Amino acid sequence: MIVTKNIPDFTASPHIDQVGVEERASRFTKRSIKNETKINGLKLALNMIDLTTLEGKDTDGKVKQLCYKALHLHDAYPGLPTVAAICVYPSMVKVAKQALGDSGVKVASVATAFPSGQAPRDIKLRDTKFAVANGADEVDMVISRGKFLSGEYNFVFDEIAAVKEACGSARLKVILETGELGSYDKVRRASDIAMYAGADFIKTSTGKISPAATMPVTLVMLEAIRDFYYKTGKRIAMKPAGGISKSKLALHYLVMLNEVLGEAWMNNEWFRFGASSLANDILMQLMKQRTGVYQSANYFSID
Amino acid sequence: MATRKSNTLKLKFDSARNLAPAPESKSAAKIEPRYDLFINGKFEKPLSKKYFSTINPATEEKLSEVADANAADVNKAVVAARTAYDKVWKKMPAKERAKYIYRIARIMQERAREFAVVETLDGGKPIRESRDFDIPTAANHFFYYAGWADKLEYAFPNRTAKPLGVAGQIIPWNFPLLMAAWKIAPALATGNTVVLKPAETTPLTALKLAEIIQEADLPPGVVNIITGAGATGAALVNHPDINKIAFTGSTAVGKMIQHAIAGTNKKATLELGGKAANIIFDDAPLDQAVEGVINGIFFNQGHVCCAGSRLYVQESVFKEVIRKLKDRMETLIVGDPLDKNTDIGAINSRQQLDIINNYLKIGKQEGADMYQSSCNLPRKGFFCKPTIFTNVAQSNRIAQEEIFGPVLAIQSFRTDDEVIEKANNTPFGLSAGIWTDKGSKIFNLSSKMRAGVVWANSFNKFDPSSPFGGYKESGYGREGGLHGLSGYVNLV
Repeated sequence: MIVTKNIPDFTASPHIDQVGVEERASRFTKRSIKNETKINGLKLALNMIDLTTLEGKDTDGKVKQLCYKALHLHDAYPGLPTVAAICVYPSMVKVAKQALGDSGVKVASVATAFPSGQAPRDIKLRDTKFAVANGADEVDMVISRGKFLSGEYNFVFDEIAAVKEACGSARLKVILETGELGSYDKVRRASDIAMYAGADFIKTSTGKISPAATMPVTLVMLEAIRDFYYKTGKRIAMKPAGGISKSKLALHYLVMLNEVLGEAWMNNEWFRFGASSLANDILMQLMKQRTGVYQSANYFSID
Repeated sequence: MATRKSNTLKLKFDSARNLAPAPESKSAAKIEPRYDLFINGKFEKPLSKKYFSTINPATEEKLSEVADANAADVNKAVVAARTAYDKVWKKMPAKERAKYIYRIARIMQERAREFAVVETLDGGKPIRESRDFDIPTAANHFFYYAGWADKLEYAFPNRTAKPLGVAGQIIPWNFPLLMAAWKIAPALATGNTVVLKPAETTPLTALKLAEIIQEADLPPGVVNIITGAGATGAALVNHPDINKIAFTGSTAVGKMIQHAIAGTNKKATLELGGKAANIIFDDAPLDQAVEGVINGIFFNQGHVCCAGSRLYVQESVFKEVIRKLKDRMETLIVGDPLDKNTDIGAINSRQQLDIINNYLKIGKQEGADMYQSSCNLPRKGFFCKPTIFTNVAQSNRIAQEEIFGPVLAIQSFRTDDEVIEKANNTPFGLSAGIWTDKGSKIFNLSSKMRAGVVWANSFNKFDPSSPFGGYKESGYGREGGLHGLSGYVNLV
């Protein structure tokens, strides 16, 4: 589905000043988040996590364990939220779906020849359809960075639109792999292409390339989402992924989200963290807030 | 999905402003109940026998009282400075002078937290700014000029730089410690002695600086710090044994100083008011430009002589820029200056708040559209909401006069030539900002701007190595950098 009849010229996407955007991003880290704001923020961050395992060695057993963790983050702390979703490869979707049942935790599946995206389009579409047919609620696709960098924006646009169609009712996250794009200008351009082509989410990274998510890159994407919202009235969700493993950094991201897109985006329908080790750090901080002392990492399960 | 009308869409930022309090501890600040005059290396009771109070503008509570120096006190300070100059400072090898200045810089760094809290309590600026900008930059100025002290022959090749003698220095209330550093550091480095008068609403960090000077064991009389209001300043300017006046403050007072020293041998550097143009072209990185506008006008509550208080936006992006600006203003946290999350603190004094509020009234009477962010202001203390005016014309007073508060006058423009003409159409000329993605446009405009500092794709950036000063009624002389040395030397 194309969201607007007026497709802009993507070569005319707004330019980004590197110094300015990095300075602005660092300003969010100066906010001092304390007491109830901190606790609420930590719980919200927990509830926004896409708990992820994307390894060649993934097995049914591993995925089931991760799903149990998603539902029981830390039973020693009653009243905790669950994570937002489990993120797995397409072959693991069925197992995850069964393990999570009707808990409300979503199953997200990467697709489209993740992580490189170097495959013919029909294979990418079959990959997507397979994931959706197995019950994926969300699909995390990768864009063709090679085509994007060689200026074939129409190819990238059409591919995203085709995958969106193949998703049916599943929500589509479009991974830009910003670590391979090389400049903030390109991140902005890729964001615009993805949103106009039908993305429900735009996502920074696969987690397989360094650098993964950074605050300035995420800021550029949030600003693109805001401009798109004002132009079309349509909300797009955001998912920074990779490299966010500490609660403090997660809180900085939430400050940034709150100051760029406002309250309407402050929930897991419109924002996710793609992360695997973040959850335990948040749990550790929450326990510290409650008991006044840090507990050893041995008290937190490592699924 | 059909395109919706964008003017009905609105983002909500209330929760972004409502963070749990994160106050910096007041206990870091040691403030004496009463301060005397710092003359000849000691705190001495004023001959005037008078004191006045200094208050916290965020709570209106009294912080301390400081001496009100009269002409006799000023004379005592100048005599101390002259004696120190003749007997000690001008004879001292430059390398030794440098050691004292380095020592001041290092002690200031060590006591940075304490100074930041005092600066915020006395002046109302957010702790984030005093902590991250005022105090570190002040220390950097001392470090920078300490380095020049024994290298003056390289600063002025083939000439000999001789000190002037005694410098009388009068500084404003917007950056109390930083302005003291701008004044004292180059004067000492070049071998002058100093009598400094801080502003009457913000004397405390200068008096704490006197403690540093004692701790650094500077020879008595090299730096003297006297407090008082306009009459004290006038006595200093008119003292016959002063060789140089360095003044930062209003254009009106700058003109009075020029009258007073006409016909004398006194040298002067004046850093006065401003009404800087900040110019956004349609090819600019708009989100970063908007951030630059925010820093340009709301930094230090707009109490900045080089504040970007006139905004010119190219018409093709006017609406978009205003929308982005309003959204950004919604996220500004206004309130307790000691809270680490505060973006905009207290207006420095009731008097200044009255001036600003009067300009808001004038702006509305002139027919401009006023917009203020929806933040709540504390009940006590002097506060002003961040304010922008649109539908402004060049002939409006709010576009011509320096307001010295968080108030921005916005106009649109069509062509490069038009905006150059409008930007230069002011009696001031301290600074300007240009926002465009095109390098050639930056060079074209910056060479045509009649302003001492032109920032490209940034605003309100300062560094000790970079000179600062004005054109036209924004004053003359440069402070900072190599240029800052020449105001304190005779070249022979």
